[in-house]
Amino acid sequence: MKLFKNRQSAALMALPYILWAVVFIVVPLCMVIFYGITDDNGSFTMSNIATIAESGYFKALVKSVLLAVISTIICFLLAYPLGMILSSMKLKRNTYIVTLFILPMWMNFLLRTLTWMTLLEGKGVINTVLSFFGLPGINIINTSSAIVLGMVYNFLPFMILPIYNSLSKIDDNVINAARDLGAGTVQTFLKITLPLSAPGILSGITMVFIPALTTFAISTMLGGSKILLIGNIIEQQFTQAYNWHLGSGLSIVLMIFIFINMIIESMADKKGGQG
Amino acid sequence: MKKRFLSVALAMGLVASAVTACSGGNSNAGSNGKLYVYNWGEYIDEDVIKQFEEETGIDVVYDMFETNEIMYAKLANDTSAYDVVCPSDYMIQKLIENDMVQPLNFDNIPNAKANIGEQYWEKSQDFDPGNLYAVPYCWGTVGILYNKTMVDDVVDSWDILWNEKYSGQILMQDSVRDAYMISLLRNGYSMNTTDPAEVSKATEDLIAQKPLVQAYVIDQVRDKMIGEEAAIGVIYSGEAIYTARENPDLVYVVPKEGTNIWIDSWVITKGSKNVENAEKWIDFMCRGDIALKNFEYITYSTPNTEAQANIEDEDIKNSKVAFPDLDSFPSEAYKYLGADGDKLYSEEWMKVKSAN
Repeated sequence: MKLFKNRQSAALMALPYILWAVVFIVVPLCMVIFYGITDDNGSFTMSNIATIAESGYFKALVKSVLLAVISTIICFLLAYPLGMILSSMKLKRNTYIVTLFILPMWMNFLLRTLTWMTLLEGKGVINTVLSFFGLPGINIINTSSAIVLGMVYNFLPFMILPIYNSLSKIDDNVINAARDLGAGTVQTFLKITLPLSAPGILSGITMVFIPALTTFAISTMLGGSKILLIGNIIEQQFTQAYNWHLGSGLSIVLMIFIFINMIIESMADKKGGQG
Repeated sequence: MKKRFLSVALAMGLVASAVTACSGGNSNAGSNGKLYVYNWGEYIDEDVIKQFEEETGIDVVYDMFETNEIMYAKLANDTSAYDVVCPSDYMIQKLIENDMVQPLNFDNIPNAKANIGEQYWEKSQDFDPGNLYAVPYCWGTVGILYNKTMVDDVVDSWDILWNEKYSGQILMQDSVRDAYMISLLRNGYSMNTTDPAEVSKATEDLIAQKPLVQAYVIDQVRDKMIGEEAAIGVIYSGEAIYTARENPDLVYVVPKEGTNIWIDSWVITKGSKNVENAEKWIDFMCRGDIALKNFEYITYSTPNTEAQANIEDEDIKNSKVAFPDLDSFPSEAYKYLGADGDKLYSEEWMKVKSAN
């Protein structure tokens, strides 16, 4: 803290970030809320938000939540063992492997998703290879499965990294102590490793669940626009239907889900902190 | 008014930095000022832009949009964002009705009246009565593209898109108006109807069709059909020449129930700050040699008679696909349906898209 001689200069240094937050986070958020609770004449209404209860919209929301939950669970099941393997490795090798997982993210997200489309198509790369070996083809393009696949593929690194991070922070002595006191492998895992990695798991879940819930690009490309998610509806309100009020109203509904997710996380975090 | 204030407040914050960045760049720009052009993606030979800049000394800022609706959303906030725009028929009507475009001074656009065919001016009257606002750039039909090795029925009707034999082999357009045009015409209704009963019948049919549809796509129809990913697709006539060139098994048909005749035209925005340059641009686009260059590159039918006469490839010059006989099938242009009509269609389309 030598850098900041007094509070004033510290505040000055923070100014750009405050400005950034105001212009790109606070103001847009206020605009979304403002649009969401007004109609074309600028008068107050709850009808934009209430639209979510209509069958088409509600169905899309339920489907979005469902697909996001499935993707998050799959990501967790894939990421946790991998995080354990990585954290038990020697430093040199695991940075190499972590880089491997981040490497695809150097390429644009839309391009990667587009690639899956070409891979999965009826006459795509995967099916061509399969049929060459006389194996039955897979036909999941333009279905919910393809969307889940796209979500898992794109968001998996966001689950791996925080889990790996929290696992590698666990002091080996704690685990050794548990073993000394007679705990078996399973018991050590359930009582020591898992609770201590909970913060990583929680932030991993948040970082996968929220983008999965709000995506519209993946569902458009891999779902062939046949499966309508809530993200698609909101996108269409802004680009096609030119109804910013409805689009914002639906965004507010989505935000409520995100807040619930965050509240659960912070509650669990507190509990973890006490333990 | 409050709404405006909020947007302005945000915009000012964002623009402040952009302005300082831009003013530095202005000095080395074209000597005759700037021109902001907003056109469809892949809808011009890029060399033409360069040629325009060289000949006129005007610095062109060229942006692209994917749908009329995206274009509208951008202009609705600020019509001065662009000087010259190239939307389709019904959207031009909407822009005119909402006072977002300005009447043209044809004295400064001599090539327009000289080179654009009479029949296209006439068709344009549907959405621009008196031909005051718009100069046709490209036109065409919407039809069925099918692979003759994969389809053994006679394709002459929109009904083929409901044929269960081709389940999973059908590509539909992911755009409200095109999807409803097909479903409405099949039922013998007008594609511009705002009768809720007729629209709702069309919705029912589209929902019934959904299980047969492989995907709802826009630009990807072209590549998926060339790659034989599907047997039948709904596509714009402008893609027919290109797709047939890439895959000779592909055939384009205009169904007997008729179709939409669309005309994309240049308009000058109400808030344009470079009207003179915009007029020069439109005039340039109407030049025979330029229109021909664009046609050869994008293969969308040109309304420019001078360019049509100079097409070298005889097959294309006489092609009924590129230049169909407008009397040989029933056709109509899309009209702007009004705010209520738009709402009705987007709500009904929502039912189709969210159906299982």
